[in-house]
Amino acid sequence: MDIILDNLPGLLIAIPLLGAFLTPVLSRAGDNVRNVWVMVITTLSSLCGLLVASRVLEAGTIVYAFGVDTISNVIPLDSGGIPIRIIFTIDPINAFMLIIAAVVGFCITLYSISSMEKLSGKDGFFTLLFLLVASVYGMIATGDLFNFFVFLEISSLAGAALVAYRIDKGVATEAGFKYAALSTLGGMLFLVGVGLLYAQYNSLNMAVIADRMQLTGLDIMAFVLFFTALAMKCGAVPMHFWTPDSYTMAPSSVTAFLVVSSQASLYALFRVCFTLYGGQINPLTVGWVIIILGVLSMFIGVTMAIPQKDVKRLMAYHAVSQTGYMLLGVGVGLAALSSTCFSQGVGMMALKGGLFHIMNHALYKGLLFLTAGVIMYRCGTRNLNQLGGLGHNMKWTMIFFMIGALAIAGIPPFNGFASKLLIYESTFLFNPLIAVIAMVVSILTLASFVKVFHSMFMGPKLPEYQDVEEAPKPMLIAMGILAVLVILFGIFPQQVVDTLVTPAAFALVDYHGYISAVLGGA
Amino acid sequence: MIDNLPFLVVAVTILLGLYTILLKKDLIKIIMGISIVESGVNLFLIVLGYRWDSIAPIFTGAPSLAMVMPTVQALTLTSIVIGVATLALMLSMVMIIFRYYKTTDVSKVTKLQG
Repeated sequence: MDIILDNLPGLLIAIPLLGAFLTPVLSRAGDNVRNVWVMVITTLSSLCGLLVASRVLEAGTIVYAFGVDTISNVIPLDSGGIPIRIIFTIDPINAFMLIIAAVVGFCITLYSISSMEKLSGKDGFFTLLFLLVASVYGMIATGDLFNFFVFLEISSLAGAALVAYRIDKGVATEAGFKYAALSTLGGMLFLVGVGLLYAQYNSLNMAVIADRMQLTGLDIMAFVLFFTALAMKCGAVPMHFWTPDSYTMAPSSVTAFLVVSSQASLYALFRVCFTLYGGQINPLTVGWVIIILGVLSMFIGVTMAIPQKDVKRLMAYHAVSQTGYMLLGVGVGLAALSSTCFSQGVGMMALKGGLFHIMNHALYKGLLFLTAGVIMYRCGTRNLNQLGGLGHNMKWTMIFFMIGALAIAGIPPFNGFASKLLIYESTFLFNPLIAVIAMVVSILTLASFVKVFHSMFMGPKLPEYQDVEEAPKPMLIAMGILAVLVILFGIFPQQVVDTLVTPAAFALVDYHGYISAVLGGA
Repeated sequence: MIDNLPFLVVAVTILLGLYTILLKKDLIKIIMGISIVESGVNLFLIVLGYRWDSIAPIFTGAPSLAMVMPTVQALTLTSIVIGVATLALMLSMVMIIFRYYKTTDVSKVTKLQG
């Protein structure tokens, strides 16, 4: 038992990878065997993620080196204090992201079993899905820059293949190609940055590099490369054009997880700004760059969303817009690091708001994409002009959609309100104009979702959807879990902030703690 | 000067690749551009790992010269493997696109706008 608990960070990757490559083999024995297998793997891997997270929150940062004889022997004594192995470093912010990936990962797999039931090619689908899950866990947990690049590429490949999985007269392939080409290019930029850092500091470990960081000209170049690559992967505005395409064309359950994989890139962006270059870059400049990206994403995302006729495309543009809120919150936190208002708690409050919004976004956006998937599954169209009157037959789906839509618009008592309130309050103290923009965007979001709700669920029954049925049970359960969490996080935000978000925010700011956790007080 | 020549080659290769990606209108050529960028990056990594007059860290009977860790070579191998996988994926996607659109011209593969 102890050996399992000690090696949990390794199992985090091993279980989904094992699941991925054994799925095609086991499904030779039939659909039921595969479904059971898929559920076992996803339960185990989610449990593993939650266990790792809870251990980190209880006992502090876990540092796990692959291939050591004793678990505490992270840095070999004869290596001169340099970690030579691949190291996973899981501190409270990683734990926070792991919880998101674990919860959403479990729900989407449960949902996929049902939504994929009538379709062909299920073996490949679940293989790719588990690869995506493994890569997201890896991106979150790794403390090694090159290892991060590898997981980034796995997530791009698996993500692009899943986006293009339903060829859909070539349209899905077009979206998948866009995603694959862009993220490969982003990965290459990232790799050049890794090379630049390795050339100067002879290490790939984030803690070692952060410890030795000099901020030379080459480091700034590497920073720009990292920033560009990761901002592209998380869908911030000047590089957002792949987001609506791939989110629209991917199967809905995959879209819900692509959101999480974008957020893993977002986490990496914050990690680079706060830890890797912590204390070296000028927080005000970089903070303002992030704020400007955030405001642009918020505003352009929501204005592009309003005229959309395709429900998933509309939600995808809202995802861009909500990413803006996270960037805004964390950007304000970073910009306030240097000034006196950080000590007054403004910066910390913004940081908490930004991070809390990541979690809330993953939950309600996942829920919304899953409801869109139900509509797609039952009615066969995503076009808002053709849908209507579905509320008569699909009561649960309607309720779940309503919960998600109210949460994304920031209406109390749902979770979006809690995190948006933190962002509004802190941003208002930092710069009132930005807070006003954020509120306007929120109102536009509400307007847009009222429209969607009205045209999908309200009105008399349409003749073509006279006998449309409610979603199957597994899909309802998956959506139900997310909906319950959305409501719980909205009613008890203080508890969530205290137990999960505050440690994460402190861990993000405290780069000395990260370095000494790996290098041992150095 | 001669030491920096490989870096110049790297820069030229990556810029050529980027030029191809940004200015060519054909999907296959875009993939070729991505592939060229990848080669540039791989070359960059390998060049980083080279030191004059040094040997691999094998201690048995080693002459007393500087030793260089073969980390970058390992990185490059991994990166090449990833490159092959991406290349295969993207080429197969272009095949499917061509089957449905009858073209690989970027300006005509545009069902997803707006």
